[in-house]
Amino acid sequence: MENKLFTISVYSENNVGLLNRISGIFLKRHINIESLNVSKSEIEGVSKFTIVVNTTESWTRKIVTQIEKQIEVIKAFYHTDEETIFQETALFKIASHLLFDERQIQNIIKESHSQIVTVSREFFVLAKTGRRHEIDEMYHELEPFGIMQFVRSGRIAVSKAEMQITPLLAKFQHSETEN
Amino acid sequence: MEHVKTKEQGQVAASPMRISGAEAIIQCLLAEGVDLIYGYPGGAIMPVYDELYKFQDRLRHVLTRHEQAAAHAAQGYARVSGRVGVAMATSGPGATNLVTGLADAQIDSTPVVCITGQVSRHLLGSDAFQETDIIGISTPITKWNYQITKASEIPEIMAKAFFIARSGRPGPVLVDITKNAQFDELDFQYQPCRGVRSYNPVPKPDMEAIRAAATLINQAKKPYIVYGQGVILGKAEAELKALVEKAGIPAAWTILGLSAMDSDHPLNVGMVGMHGNYGPNVLTNECDVLVAIGMRFDDRVTGNLETYAKQAKVIHFEIDPAEVNKNVHADVAVLGNARETLGLLLPLIRENSHEEWVGEFHKKYQEEYQAVIEGDIHPTKPGLTMGEVVTEINRATGHRAVIVTDVGQHQMVTCRYAKFRDTKSNITSGGLGTMGFALPAAIGAKMGAMDREVVAVIGDGGYQMTIQELATIFQNKLPVKIVVLNNDFLGMVRQWQELFFDSRYASTVMVNPDFVKIAEGYYLKARRVDKREELAEAVQEMISSKEAYFLEVRVEKEDNVFPMIPSGASVSDIRLK
Repeated sequence: MENKLFTISVYSENNVGLLNRISGIFLKRHINIESLNVSKSEIEGVSKFTIVVNTTESWTRKIVTQIEKQIEVIKAFYHTDEETIFQETALFKIASHLLFDERQIQNIIKESHSQIVTVSREFFVLAKTGRRHEIDEMYHELEPFGIMQFVRSGRIAVSKAEMQITPLLAKFQHSETEN
Repeated sequence: MEHVKTKEQGQVAASPMRISGAEAIIQCLLAEGVDLIYGYPGGAIMPVYDELYKFQDRLRHVLTRHEQAAAHAAQGYARVSGRVGVAMATSGPGATNLVTGLADAQIDSTPVVCITGQVSRHLLGSDAFQETDIIGISTPITKWNYQITKASEIPEIMAKAFFIARSGRPGPVLVDITKNAQFDELDFQYQPCRGVRSYNPVPKPDMEAIRAAATLINQAKKPYIVYGQGVILGKAEAELKALVEKAGIPAAWTILGLSAMDSDHPLNVGMVGMHGNYGPNVLTNECDVLVAIGMRFDDRVTGNLETYAKQAKVIHFEIDPAEVNKNVHADVAVLGNARETLGLLLPLIRENSHEEWVGEFHKKYQEEYQAVIEGDIHPTKPGLTMGEVVTEINRATGHRAVIVTDVGQHQMVTCRYAKFRDTKSNITSGGLGTMGFALPAAIGAKMGAMDREVVAVIGDGGYQMTIQELATIFQNKLPVKIVVLNNDFLGMVRQWQELFFDSRYASTVMVNPDFVKIAEGYYLKARRVDKREELAEAVQEMISSKEAYFLEVRVEKEDNVFPMIPSGASVSDIRLK
């Protein structure tokens, strides 16, 4: 089976230590995490991990079942790129004088559909949201002029298919009251 | 014997009491029906020990001589009694000494709750005296862990800890409690935990999968069952026996499944795995339907996965979804508690017998008997064999003992030759292979089944890893029977060196002390045997003893355990010599 990018989505309780527990599952199998993002989800009090790995589907499936086995994980899924809508965001910090000295920079800003987040006397900051290759392209275009700082977020993704977390939690609530 | 009684779990206190966190911990243990814990005191857990002093009439604390032994004793207790074992230690080195026990309990699915003290909340992260990040350390080797930093958290977290440890596929839980949370007061009221919304311990059986399994079993010409500890943990022994008998299917045990079925049952055909029996291994690759029940296809069971049961349809009865398709592809996966799923399967199973097929196991057994077993249990050579010692123990205990083993040659020999009539009687470190497990686990096993004979069979290597627990045995007057099979070698490693490293015995020679004198130093009755003529009588004397008894048997130094599947080889390529 060939290696491929998979996006793993994990719905979990928001508890100290869970990140450690989840990352340990990758560590144990010597699998590198390509990117990791943790945020709140559409359900109050429920966190969402978005983890990207480059490995085989068979490994991904096993990792997901191991993640789901963790007590505080509500549900975990994995998807291919085709099955998700996903984005990354990058910030570029660049010396302000370049904005006036280098005409090409203004073209890059326009063509890349990036935003100027802030401008000061010394530097300005560009934000770009999109696919990895779009951000990489912009990086290569800006690199010759000198990038003071660069950072890119982990992938965030939503699946095209439903994830059905709310019914799952409701089912638990129901069995709780039955007991 | 008090602690053998079944306890009402989770009594709810009528109205809140204002008590300290330390007392709350004791109250939680009592509410969970705990009356016995193993542990070792120290600075960060002292408030709890102070409360233990006050509650000593209701909660017995056994002081082991090392925290690792407390964890293994809790495991031994849990494995024979089916109840949650509890171990307690202080912060720092106390907590890190529990680690091997936690890892062992995790891989062997043993319900254990470990409580560790921790430095006060305001000192966390300051590299305070005896501070260690035990939550970080124990995360990969616990089913769940939690750090309590406020007294008010104690009842809910303790209830959750016990619920998680015992439910579904059991496992170890560690609760780390900062010292301030032990001193501070709370309004205590105990509510047992009935569920955790993110945790589904027992998957609901799927009738479609069960019907598919029944169809495969009913159509099979050469069906074969391999059963593991899931049968014991799921209390499915009767259902397993009923299935085996109704469908006439030969059944073999994994090392942790051993004792789930009477050893002498005609359809109980032996052990699978690296040093298992010949037929059960070879015929794995000849069956047409392989029914795996409560086992996880460990590499020591399967050998090379590429050549494991490829011809067979595999049915996997399993409580943990993460085990399905992990190592071996399941054509039919039946998730759920084995007692429940086998119970649903049974009415769909046609009465059947497979005499010719079962006969193949018997034929293979004869081959193995000629090549290996006869020489092991009825040796004619001068040196004593491990197999004949185990056979004597069988004879002296009438197959009714709890037998606790360590790790290595003696363990494989015992699991091959020990006979069991009762479930939960084979206590050994399976997945982790923890040397030093047996002596402390035997302490727990004895206290979990005071009315039963408990015999620890240990090698001379592993024995010395936790030998200090002789003091615990003496102090608590526990009539544990200890047999050390002494070959002055780390026998299993030596065997590998002989077979695969041209007999270069790197660091496997043991120059041992006088074990009898050491046992006597701990005021235990002790005896050494090195002659066949004395063996039966010595074993009988040990079993007849009302007190603890240490028996050293000097066995042949360079015997090998066969059959053997060389590492990475196929189950079909098991060697008889």
